[in-house]
Amino acid sequence: MNNKPHDGDAILRVEGLNNSFGSQVIHDNLDLKLRRGEILGVVGGSGTGKSVLMRSIIGLQKATHGNIHIFDNHVFGEDAPCNDDNDTISRINYIDSEIRRKWGVLFQGGALFSTLTVAENIQVPLREYYPHFSQGLLEEIAAYKVRLSGLPSNAAAKYPSELSGGMKKRAGLARALALDPELLFLDEPTAGLDPIGAAQFDNLIRELQTALGLSVFLITHDLDTLYAICDRIAVLADKHVVAIGTIDELLAFDHPWINEYFLGPRGRAANNAGK
Amino acid sequence: MQLNSGKQISMDNMADFSEEIAQDGDLKLKLSGQLTICHIGGFDERLRGLDGQVKQIDISDIGPIDTVGAWLIFRTAQINDAQIVGENAEASRLISELSENPVNDVAPSFKQDPASRIFSEIGEAIVSVFQTMLNFTSFVGQVIIALLTVIIHPSRLRVNAIIQRFDMVGVRALSIVGLMSFLIGVVVAQQGAVQLRQFGAEVFTVNLVGRLTFRELGVLMSAIMIAGRSGSSFAAQIGTMKITEEIDAMRVIGVSPIEALVLPRVFATVIMMPLVGFYACLMSIIGAGLLTWIVLDMPPVTFTDRIREVTPITDLYIAMIKAPVFGAIIALAGCFQGMQVKNNAEEVGFKTTAAVVQAIFLVIVLDAFFAIFFTEIGW
Repeated sequence: MNNKPHDGDAILRVEGLNNSFGSQVIHDNLDLKLRRGEILGVVGGSGTGKSVLMRSIIGLQKATHGNIHIFDNHVFGEDAPCNDDNDTISRINYIDSEIRRKWGVLFQGGALFSTLTVAENIQVPLREYYPHFSQGLLEEIAAYKVRLSGLPSNAAAKYPSELSGGMKKRAGLARALALDPELLFLDEPTAGLDPIGAAQFDNLIRELQTALGLSVFLITHDLDTLYAICDRIAVLADKHVVAIGTIDELLAFDHPWINEYFLGPRGRAANNAGK
Repeated sequence: MQLNSGKQISMDNMADFSEEIAQDGDLKLKLSGQLTICHIGGFDERLRGLDGQVKQIDISDIGPIDTVGAWLIFRTAQINDAQIVGENAEASRLISELSENPVNDVAPSFKQDPASRIFSEIGEAIVSVFQTMLNFTSFVGQVIIALLTVIIHPSRLRVNAIIQRFDMVGVRALSIVGLMSFLIGVVVAQQGAVQLRQFGAEVFTVNLVGRLTFRELGVLMSAIMIAGRSGSSFAAQIGTMKITEEIDAMRVIGVSPIEALVLPRVFATVIMMPLVGFYACLMSIIGAGLLTWIVLDMPPVTFTDRIREVTPITDLYIAMIKAPVFGAIIALAGCFQGMQVKNNAEEVGFKTTAAVVQAIFLVIVLDAFFAIFFTEIGW
């Protein structure tokens, strides 16, 4: 952690990924590396396949071809182990529970189980992987994660329908953190939050990242988030990652979409705010 | 790399501790192993089972640690007012983070004792029954107001929506209602023939089938079918629209959801029910006719003549009076339950079930009243 993250220590590697729906090509030869201990922001216009990329990585969607390595496990590719049966379901099962317990995923709407309270939602992954934990310990861990995610402690007993949008996201984050993951996938965590809530959420992610030593794959549209917390940014355009690097590196990069994105009125405003 | 190890966890480096008892009975704990979630095992139970005052927790020998491990150390230290000694940057960071923002009381899960729970559930059920009755009455009131508005301003009647519902409620139900009625006709005739044969009166099978079908079965069975098909879909459609805030959007724009959604469904069902009911009666008679032809050797011409002879036209009137009432009940129950949906998707399922149960229940209760009423007036 004290060492600066570098490419050699990648927790997630995507190589030559192709994704297409029918004749529509989403990704063409996409490469991406997420270094251990960094927050990588993934940006791109609507429809450039940010969510598709995330779903391919976590195994909810089968890529057309390419290779994906997570925690040094070859989870997808031509010669990945037991990848002969190519439908989506087997792909999800194929990603071993050993890998899945080391990552946490926050979906856009929180994706909380609506019939369970927040505390029970957090306990779902714990019960799945550690059935021997006592009820007392489960409740303590849930209360701790509720606190970590910045929710008031009385939120633990509430049902998702009783929570506001921002609280749902925090609760979703608490569930994603339940297993103490090394790798966190966040799909537009600040979308739909008010600027104050969004800034708080940014800080929360940064704090958690430092406190727990997480690596974070963060899809976002929010320029403030990029300036505030991302170590590096990957730009999705023209069906692949056109550039990856710090904001300063990207500003120096000559690509029409990047220029428009970072040097447009909103980009400049966020830049000034970031400074 | 072999990945199919399932949920097995390697047993090396499990979290562990050794106790050292000082002269005054105080304990010193020396922790070792990995204090991460997958190496905790029975560590928590053993920590809870400690007796004696823990004075010191030595963390100098521990391996990797995560939030769960930090929590256990912190909790033990806090309960016993113990001192944490030893150098471990990771652990100190996590524990100091915990002590800065302590977890407020672990919310105890709310448990009621069974005896009082029975009463509270009965009470809640009674309250909700009255609540539902009240809401249903006010809903019917709203529909009547919308109906009057439409009568005063006929241009506000949504003819297209109604015709679209004709298709959904009526035309698409024909195959299943037809098949069901045909089979019921067959069954009633067959059972009737078997029983009446004992008295040598199998020819009265025709009376049985004719009167039963028109007076009761045809319309009742199609009402049950329509409640299952259309009443449920009304509740699900409207319920989903409530969740996606479409109904709120309508209100904001100034479109009355009762006029736009409920009235067309009620009209369509009220108009379609007599037609579907009549069709069901015919299919039932055809089924019965076929059976009597085969089993009783009664040719279709004779069967038709007998049916016209024994079934008074008032039986058909009864069917045609009941059918639109049943249709209105089914549509109102479906739309009402749909409008009652709040908050989450799960409610759509509950309310859809409630719509069907409520509709069938009301239809059968009213059918009993109709039966007594029409008998009293001599039809």
